[in-house]
Amino acid sequence: MSTSKPSITFSRRDFMRTSSLASGGILIGFNLFTACKPEAKPPVDLASLNYNDFNAFIKIADNGAVTIFSPNPEIGQGVKTSMPMLIAEELDVSWDKVLVEQGVLDTNNYTRQVAGGSQSIRFGWEPLRQTGATARQMLVNAAAARWGVDPSECSTSEGVITNGAGETLGYGDVVKDAAGMEVPDKVKLKKKSEYKIIGKDTWNVDLDKIITGQPLFGLDYKKEGMLIASVIRPPAFGQKLDSYDESAAKQIEGVLDVVPFGDKIAVLAKDTWTAMKGKKALDVSWKDDSKLESTADHDRILTGLLDGKEFQTLRADGDVKKAFASADKVLERTYESPFLPHNCLEPMNFYADVRSDKIHLVGPIQTPERTAQEIAEKLGRNPDEIHLEMTRMGGGFGRRLYGDFAMEAAEISSKAGKPVKVVFSREDDMAAGIYRPAIKYRIKAAVKDGEVTAYHLKEASVNSNMYGLIPNFFPAGAIENYQVDVAKHDSNITTGAWRAPYTNFLAFAEQSFFDELAEMMEVDRVQLRLDLLQNVKGTTDERIQYSPERMEEVIKTAVEKSGWGNQPDGVYQGFVNYYCHNSHVAEVANVEIEDGMPVVKKITCVVDCGIVVNPLGAMNQIEGGVIDGVGHAMYGDFAFEKGVPQSGNFDSYRLIRINEAPEVEVHLMENDFSPTGLGEPTLPPAGGAVANALKAATGKRLYKQPFTKYPELLTVPEKEIIG
Amino acid sequence: MPTYQIKVNGTSRSVNVSEDTPLLWILRDHLDLVGAKYGCGIAQCGACTVHLDGQAVRSCVLTAAQVENKEITTIEGLSKDGSHPVQQAWKEVDVPQCGYCQAGQIMTAAAFLEKNPNPESQDIKSAMQGNLCRCASYSRIYKAVEKAASNMS
Repeated sequence: MSTSKPSITFSRRDFMRTSSLASGGILIGFNLFTACKPEAKPPVDLASLNYNDFNAFIKIADNGAVTIFSPNPEIGQGVKTSMPMLIAEELDVSWDKVLVEQGVLDTNNYTRQVAGGSQSIRFGWEPLRQTGATARQMLVNAAAARWGVDPSECSTSEGVITNGAGETLGYGDVVKDAAGMEVPDKVKLKKKSEYKIIGKDTWNVDLDKIITGQPLFGLDYKKEGMLIASVIRPPAFGQKLDSYDESAAKQIEGVLDVVPFGDKIAVLAKDTWTAMKGKKALDVSWKDDSKLESTADHDRILTGLLDGKEFQTLRADGDVKKAFASADKVLERTYESPFLPHNCLEPMNFYADVRSDKIHLVGPIQTPERTAQEIAEKLGRNPDEIHLEMTRMGGGFGRRLYGDFAMEAAEISSKAGKPVKVVFSREDDMAAGIYRPAIKYRIKAAVKDGEVTAYHLKEASVNSNMYGLIPNFFPAGAIENYQVDVAKHDSNITTGAWRAPYTNFLAFAEQSFFDELAEMMEVDRVQLRLDLLQNVKGTTDERIQYSPERMEEVIKTAVEKSGWGNQPDGVYQGFVNYYCHNSHVAEVANVEIEDGMPVVKKITCVVDCGIVVNPLGAMNQIEGGVIDGVGHAMYGDFAFEKGVPQSGNFDSYRLIRINEAPEVEVHLMENDFSPTGLGEPTLPPAGGAVANALKAATGKRLYKQPFTKYPELLTVPEKEIIG
Repeated sequence: MPTYQIKVNGTSRSVNVSEDTPLLWILRDHLDLVGAKYGCGIAQCGACTVHLDGQAVRSCVLTAAQVENKEITTIEGLSKDGSHPVQQAWKEVDVPQCGYCQAGQIMTAAAFLEKNPNPESQDIKSAMQGNLCRCASYSRIYKAVEKAASNMS
């Protein structure tokens, strides 16, 4: 979630090493996470490194076949395909000759970290291309030496080196020589016009395995002797274990053990169903430990925070107070969102085998380094004893940044002395969440002489507040008097990152507000945004990283492509533009009336994320992000009553389905900027686009999510139905 | 525990499980067929979809006794090598993001197209609405079903 500009200063020698393979061919090892982490320090003594210190490899066989071992965990964002594409491009091999394999992450040396927050490609862009180009140069140098010519005379194409006289050598022919060559310190990267792989539609490397149902996910992982653990946890946030009776559970055939740990109890069996049944048979009493909070409490507390005076100010320009005092008109609105569970379709699970000499962990986790460290600490072990393997993940959305389920597996295995896999039921998954916190925003703007003179945003949230550069997103820099204040309520309900943290709701609040502000000012709603962007041009404020020029282009393209303001009767549109994860996005929602109800039919989405590495994968991310945004704005609701979650499964928690999903029309801006985030930035604007279109259709403005919770605001005036 | 004869992907297999064990867990834990996924356990998400005598069913709510003497097909048995037209369409369109729900989606689509080879847009949406995709790859699921239909006809 870092928003700092990547500054790439490294030397290939710092993170690459080559060796010849006994089986023939060359192995080029590099540390992908170190390479992609701008602040990372390279290892001091390269000679002392062994291959466990590298987590990514390029293998070039004697026959020229290229295998890229990617350690990058795949949560569905496509980096297992797009990151190797960057290497293959500069290595100058044909993509269909490249095999991508999931490398096992050996966590003996914790110098690496998995990138998150839509930053994988942004940070990998430079070093991964450098890695490919370096390998290519070594092969060229080897061929040139054999020919006795200068390497600059040689060119490459699709794995073949050609010299000035037209002689050729395949990569496979020179791998042995290349393995002994020095790693060059300077290499030349291709120009965009020379790309053969980057920018071309490239299919997901795991497609065949996915469509044939092969084991890929943590839930599919099996190991000889492994037991399944089903865990009962306190039913309410704020409760702890009082006492329990395991006799009924132990009577179930196949239940092998009952293991209490902390305030939880695990039931172990050879198979999942028996373990789940055993858990249900446990007779447990719980006792209150701290306050049991309800949604009504949060509602009251957050409103109290907004009404109060205790804020932390994250940005303040000019003097908002003064500007409000002298305003012609003032608009103030409050926006409210509920908690949200992540609901990855693959429930949380993890395998642990804790032994006296080593600890083996396997499963879907986005933060292997932190999780292994926490487990080592908890069990009083040396992190060097931990070996962690990552599996493909059935969705992440932020939930798998937290290693609570891996910790449970390790604690149970340690106590039971057996290898176990913790498997959450859907009910466990929803009730033991690390939720998107409930948040309220209050926004107030001042207008004087037809200009927006002040903007004051207040955030009241549960447990944590917006961070990083978010307070400096648009309209920061565009309005003279500008202030962002935050306050929080500390709760015992666990909260954390959820796809596009904070902006996932903030974008709706702000973009709804701008729409209403334009109405109050009686100006064109798109023009208001364009006018405000003018004020940001030429800013020297380094905290402002959105580009008014790029945003302007995105807005103008969205106007054109969506037919904004130029729709037949019965089509109502809503407009938003937004910047987050270093990408600029504009979305236009089309709402039509069907059977007297407004229906979201289409979203036009324009994205500027710089150079698009894999358009096919990018489009998939964008379409999914938009529909995910629409779905949660429309339906996502999660309440608590005395600390107990009120939804337990998909019969009481509504996710968007195919018949409710709008058509998504995507336009990618073409430019030469380095790539920026794509997994998240199309989600936040979607809710606002829908709300603004619904306002156009119904005449009623929505201030609270989910929209379907307020059916009275989704009715259409009589005349529209007749029309 | 009672013994059941389960016929999966053309082969009869014998399993010892308690009588209430859902087919999903028989497949995953006892027969090593992990293509059908667990998502909800209450027939709400469709990740566990398999074919029972050609019908798309939710394996998480069927017990061994209910499926004895019936033909069960899982994603592993839909084709030998991923060559079923629905699987091929899924590849062509590059549907998956995380991929977890896709076996269930494919099984639902395959059974649907078997009965309705020339579906209208609305038919596709009603047929597929029982299958959740948390990544919301719905645009591509729709396109792939359309493509499979046209490839099959």
